[in-house]
Amino acid sequence: MFRMLGNIIRNLFSKPATRKYPQTRREPFENARGCIDIDISNCIFCGICQKKCPADAIKVSKDGKSWEIDPYKCIICNVCTESCPKKCILSNPEYKAPEYQKSINRRVKE
Amino acid sequence: MPDRRTIIPFGPQHPVLPEPIQLRLVIEDERVVEAIPSVGYVHRGLEKLIETKDYNQMIFVVERICGICSFMHALTFCQAIESLMDVEIPPRAKYLRVIWSELHRVHSHLLWLGLMADSFGFESLFMQIWKIREEILDVLEKTSGNRVIISTNIVGGLRRDIKDDMMKHVLNVVGECKREMDRVKKVFTHDYTVKHRTVGVGVLSKGKAYELGIVGPTGRGSGLEQDSRTLGYAAYDQLDFTPVVETDGDCYARMVVRLREVFQSFDLIEQAVSKIPKGEISVPVKGNPDGEVVARVEQPRGEVFYYIKANGTKNLERLRVRTPTFANVPVLLAVMPGAQLADVPVITLSIDPCISCTER
Repeated sequence: MFRMLGNIIRNLFSKPATRKYPQTRREPFENARGCIDIDISNCIFCGICQKKCPADAIKVSKDGKSWEIDPYKCIICNVCTESCPKKCILSNPEYKAPEYQKSINRRVKE
Repeated sequence: MPDRRTIIPFGPQHPVLPEPIQLRLVIEDERVVEAIPSVGYVHRGLEKLIETKDYNQMIFVVERICGICSFMHALTFCQAIESLMDVEIPPRAKYLRVIWSELHRVHSHLLWLGLMADSFGFESLFMQIWKIREEILDVLEKTSGNRVIISTNIVGGLRRDIKDDMMKHVLNVVGECKREMDRVKKVFTHDYTVKHRTVGVGVLSKGKAYELGIVGPTGRGSGLEQDSRTLGYAAYDQLDFTPVVETDGDCYARMVVRLREVFQSFDLIEQAVSKIPKGEISVPVKGNPDGEVVARVEQPRGEVFYYIKANGTKNLERLRVRTPTFANVPVLLAVMPGAQLADVPVITLSIDPCISCTER
């Protein structure tokens, strides 16, 4: 136990290693993979993202002009972002906020 | 006499091991006579998924076999497919694979050292180690975008590069962690309480380890000089290192092996960063794999073994994964008889069990 003494004293006089979460937030790093969203106005509904998604989280409907993602299936691998020919699928570094009920993120082109 | 024996279930829920494995311990007084394992609580059937996912999607699935050595699972899979398709990846990608592998090894070993400290009741040491681990996880997130399951491997190279200023940052953090580990190291190697709980506990001889086919740090703690990194995959053939070996074969030796491997990994990261060439990080891959292949990679827990059978379509035919813990579970059965009941958590943790890996 005495071998820890140096560390204990150092910890006493240094700032805490943890942060008080609701008061101080942990800012996401640049390029972090938080959640996936889409800029629907540029989408051409080609369905490549749906085909490539390893988790089958994305559904694209050409007729209904809709794009939807199940954020609870999505593993945020960013394959859709990279394979999108129009580069309109966005990777947001912020994590998705918790919800009371599971929902599907559905976007429809006007 | 048989009527003095009691069976005590260790797990599937137990405070020292968050993963579900059950050991039914046959106890005589306080002494273990026999340990009967039962696994199968977290079987997910990931190998079967190759029939419905194509080989590029499968990288993300195999990465989720293990939550700690995820990068190495993807690495093994990609190396297997690359050797099937005769793809030579660029040199920079090889070095990046080494850097991320070693960062994973460091954070896995630090996680284990913390859990080990927790298993013999040294809470403050556990917190101290995990504080250092957090720095490594932050580096992983900064370089790749995720803390643990970093998904940077693809067939033909990598998806993300580490820029020069980030490389400097990696070196800074590695240097800082090294200094912090130097301070904590002595507690593991010299502290009376730690030694009291680990020295001479769960002794596995070299001959027995060889006979049971033990891999990784568990085997190296018993004097088996086996390290798959010496095969020279990725850029390991251009880096200077020798496997860490201890000869005592007890829990203390296994702990010291992992402790020394943390420093070895720091050294390997520094070497890789200093030698990394500039250039591309991936080559385009066309076509589908065909044939059979075996790939081996050294994970933090030992050697992982992949067998892949492909048939020329985008879906593979068969995938078989033998994870290091699967090879190391026999240690428990070999060393448990004769151990004290209070030492069972320490012995169980000393093989660094990853049950989700084992059951896939």
